[in-house]
Amino acid sequence: MFEIGVEHYLFVSAFVFAMGILVMATKRNAIGILLGAELVLNAANINFVAFGRYRVGGLDGAIAAMFVIVLAAAEAAIALAIFLNFYNNYATIDVDQADTTRG
Amino acid sequence: MIEAVIFYISAAVMIVSSLMIALSRNIVHAATWLLGTLGSAALLYFLLAANLLAVVQIIVYAGGILILIVFGVMLTARNPYMRFQPKRGEVLMATLVALVIFASIAGLSLSHAWAVLPDGAAGQPARIAPVRDIGVALLTDYLVPFEVSSVLLLAVMVGAAYLARPEKR
Repeated sequence: MFEIGVEHYLFVSAFVFAMGILVMATKRNAIGILLGAELVLNAANINFVAFGRYRVGGLDGAIAAMFVIVLAAAEAAIALAIFLNFYNNYATIDVDQADTTRG
Repeated sequence: MIEAVIFYISAAVMIVSSLMIALSRNIVHAATWLLGTLGSAALLYFLLAANLLAVVQIIVYAGGILILIVFGVMLTARNPYMRFQPKRGEVLMATLVALVIFASIAGLSLSHAWAVLPDGAAGQPARIAPVRDIGVALLTDYLVPFEVSSVLLLAVMVGAAYLARPEKR
């Protein structure tokens, strides 16, 4: 109980990952979907650092997590540029309105 | 003991704030709750002896990505408090999927007996790597991903500027 091991961190990150999936599936605002993606990336990062601390050792976990943060920043910038373009074309940020190519 | 207290506090903050992101229908509130998730993730990195990573998390996420998201909310909403209701069936299905994912991952990670490093065993303080070692590792062992990520950032900069350019008249 008072000995914090790798499984405690895995439990928290599993919850955050599931919430990220839920947010991505239920939000209709495009920026809400981006929030869900950030939650999923954070859950993965906690797993990287926890395994690096308890099982692998060295700097591997922390540096992998740092590259994930770089990717998350790049992804957020591109996603927001796409959303601004979407807003210019459809005058809304509701992703359910993007059905132009529906068969 | 003190480590356990800090862990449980930040884990509770993380769980509550990520749950509130999923529950809040207002995008501004969800973005505010994201700050709690990111801050408690930084606390967890401190507990895991990744000090530089915790500082990078605060600078890049709370200082950069969250500001970007709030800007996106302000630029794309005529009324910042507007809300879109998802369909009831969709919410039910997504909740079921999230529950199954959470139960399977959490059950697996709690039931497995993880072998730990001898010096990384629970209850013992970890060795905190100095920032100098991380810099040396980035420029020797991890040189290829480091250079690839610099090219990626350049491509992202060009791509974002191209996508968000004003319309031609």
